[in-house]
Amino acid sequence: MPLPRLIPCLDVAAGRVVKGVRFQGLRDVGDPVELGAAYSDAGADELVFLDVSATLEARGSAVEVAARVAEEVSIPFTVGGGIRSVEDATAVLEAGADKVSVNSAALARPELIGELAEVLGTQAVVVAIDTEAGRVRSHSATRDAERDTVAWARECEERGAGELLVTSIDRDGTREGYDVELLARLRDSVSLPVIASGGAGSAAHVAAALDVAQAALLASILHENPARLVSLRDELRALGVALRDAA
Amino acid sequence: MKVAIASYGAGNVRSVELALRKLGAEPRLVHEPEPLLAADLAVLPGVGSAASAMAGLRERGLDEALRERAGAERPILGICLGLQLALEETEEDGGVAGLGLVPGRAVRLRAGRVPRIGWAPVDPSGEAYWFAHSYACETPAATATSEGIAAVVESDSFLGVQFHPEKSGAAGLRFLERMCLSRA
Repeated sequence: MPLPRLIPCLDVAAGRVVKGVRFQGLRDVGDPVELGAAYSDAGADELVFLDVSATLEARGSAVEVAARVAEEVSIPFTVGGGIRSVEDATAVLEAGADKVSVNSAALARPELIGELAEVLGTQAVVVAIDTEAGRVRSHSATRDAERDTVAWARECEERGAGELLVTSIDRDGTREGYDVELLARLRDSVSLPVIASGGAGSAAHVAAALDVAQAALLASILHENPARLVSLRDELRALGVALRDAA
Repeated sequence: MKVAIASYGAGNVRSVELALRKLGAEPRLVHEPEPLLAADLAVLPGVGSAASAMAGLRERGLDEALRERAGAERPILGICLGLQLALEETEEDGGVAGLGLVPGRAVRLRAGRVPRIGWAPVDPSGEAYWFAHSYACETPAATATSEGIAAVVESDSFLGVQFHPEKSGAAGLRFLERMCLSRA
């Protein structure tokens, strides 16, 4: 198996990194290229840029952000948020992103997963699953998607997903730890890599997630502070997690 | 140095272009045989799935151009699926004939999580590079491996890498400089 991965997640709106609680009250916290490059220097294994723009006009900027990031950052990155078609996904990859992440669009029309995999290759297709109490949520977790999380994960794999980015909505922002029990069920149900998301408050939480998942998404635990990633990597190494030597 | 990057489908080839430019080369995306033949180095990046990629190469006449380049022993770099397409065949998409530049075939990964995504050390150097693949090469031409999987393949003027040097940070750029630009 490749080494466990640490993946900082940057929420982007209208071309800027923003911070907010559950998509409410967004505030500008920096430039995606500068912050992405700083995380890369601090030892990030990959990056995720999630477009949380409220409007379609602002979303056009995702391609531009991908193009700017690709010029400055030479580690892999994923772009998600508002991707609804093969055309949307192709534009982001041609700008220099390595993977796209789809969520509500795949729930609305699951065939999209296979269409993306055929054109872009399965490794470029991440399906993001927001989950609460074993059920899938859609539309920024505001709606019940009326699907069982494990069953949807299996269907995503069958349809051609390359990875699952699983966010436990009930843990998100709580700093109480990832939903390791759910992650273990997913590990036993699919053979895809799983990226754990939601609930990280300490290095021990991240280490526990990396025991059952292949990667950990890091959001609020980093506070948009690349130096925190450096210290987190040190703490994880001390806990026996084999991380990449990023020199 | 003039580098032609074969453009034959949808995918991230811009990162290859940007990495080569950082290293002082003059990369250019090409869609037709002539500039691919004329360049000092030709790059075959991997985009899409095997069947759509081979169809994309054929439509543009790039398959014959790559065979001609290999026949003339001029340097070619294949990355990820670009390496697998250089083999005789791949199991992907129910079986697809490759370019036949390198002996061997690509077979589906059967152990571990598939796709195999992430950073993994490559032996003998021990340096870690970023991989993202579901198929792997079975070839006598492998010169470096990662967890037993062919990571670097060398056959006459063809150099193939299963990992993505253009996405492997400073280590990837060092690899491109050492193995491609200083040799081509």
